[in-house]
Amino acid sequence: MKNPIENLNKVFDSRIRLGIMSALLVNADVSFNDLKELIEVTDGNLASHLKTLEEAVYVKVTKGFVGRKTNTTYTVTRAGEKAFKQHLLALEQMIRKIK
Amino acid sequence: MEENKEHLDALRDIKQMMERSSRFISLSGLSGIAAGACALVAALYTWQIFQSYQAAGFNFRHMAFEPNGELRLKLLVIGGITFTLAMSLAFIFTYLRSRKTGIPIWGTMARRLLWNTVIPLFVGGVVVVRLLDVGLHGLIAPSCLLFYGLALLNGSKYTLPEVRWLAYGQIILGLINLWMIGYGLIFWALGFGILHILYGSIMWWKYEKQ
Repeated sequence: MKNPIENLNKVFDSRIRLGIMSALLVNADVSFNDLKELIEVTDGNLASHLKTLEEAVYVKVTKGFVGRKTNTTYTVTRAGEKAFKQHLLALEQMIRKIK
Repeated sequence: MEENKEHLDALRDIKQMMERSSRFISLSGLSGIAAGACALVAALYTWQIFQSYQAAGFNFRHMAFEPNGELRLKLLVIGGITFTLAMSLAFIFTYLRSRKTGIPIWGTMARRLLWNTVIPLFVGGVVVVRLLDVGLHGLIAPSCLLFYGLALLNGSKYTLPEVRWLAYGQIILGLINLWMIGYGLIFWALGFGILHILYGSIMWWKYEKQ
């Protein structure tokens, strides 16, 4: 039998990236500032993790404006949703196995 | 074993983040208790007013059909004060809770919750004002309960899901009241008073008790 650990997605190793994905899955879109507040990280840190997710094509960035201020929002892509669900499944399998 | 804990932690993180990012969870049970207490005190006070009118040979249940200008004004003032006081107290307790949990009170989630409850409440307010205008006093109490219940039901998607049960309670009371016109005060005391206190106590017990 294949070791379920192989199904764990490396991209979701980081707690911050896991947090971003969790928030995006239950909301149509989430702004950069809301993510920052929710996850409690610095701008730079959050931006770099978002970049990783963007490069994996798990999240989509939309740049807009609220008045004159830029308002960047993020949405999860189909690929991102699929990858995240697989990761959850793998976590579940791991826990079952060790138990 | 160590690894297992790590995965469980990850799952817990995910669950927590999904909840925190989609719902306004700082709503305090104490808010419900305080609002309910306000409503009960106001209902008791109003009851006494009714008693004094009754002693003077006035049947308060006729109010539902035949308005009395002086009494109407008194009731409106009591209602206004109760509403303001209950809302302020509810806000204070929720504000204190949000400071404790470290979740900002005015975020996307709070805005969403507010917007989704304010619209049905506002429509209900317009309906009640019209009922008052045309003298259909007996329908005011059930309308308040019904619109408040529907507002809560709509808002429950954006806050603690248990609010749904409070909403069902208000709607049921409102519906029964539709066929028991003239007993509005009793239904208000039950809905805005007892139900709020019951809901608030359960929520406080479940989430805030240390």
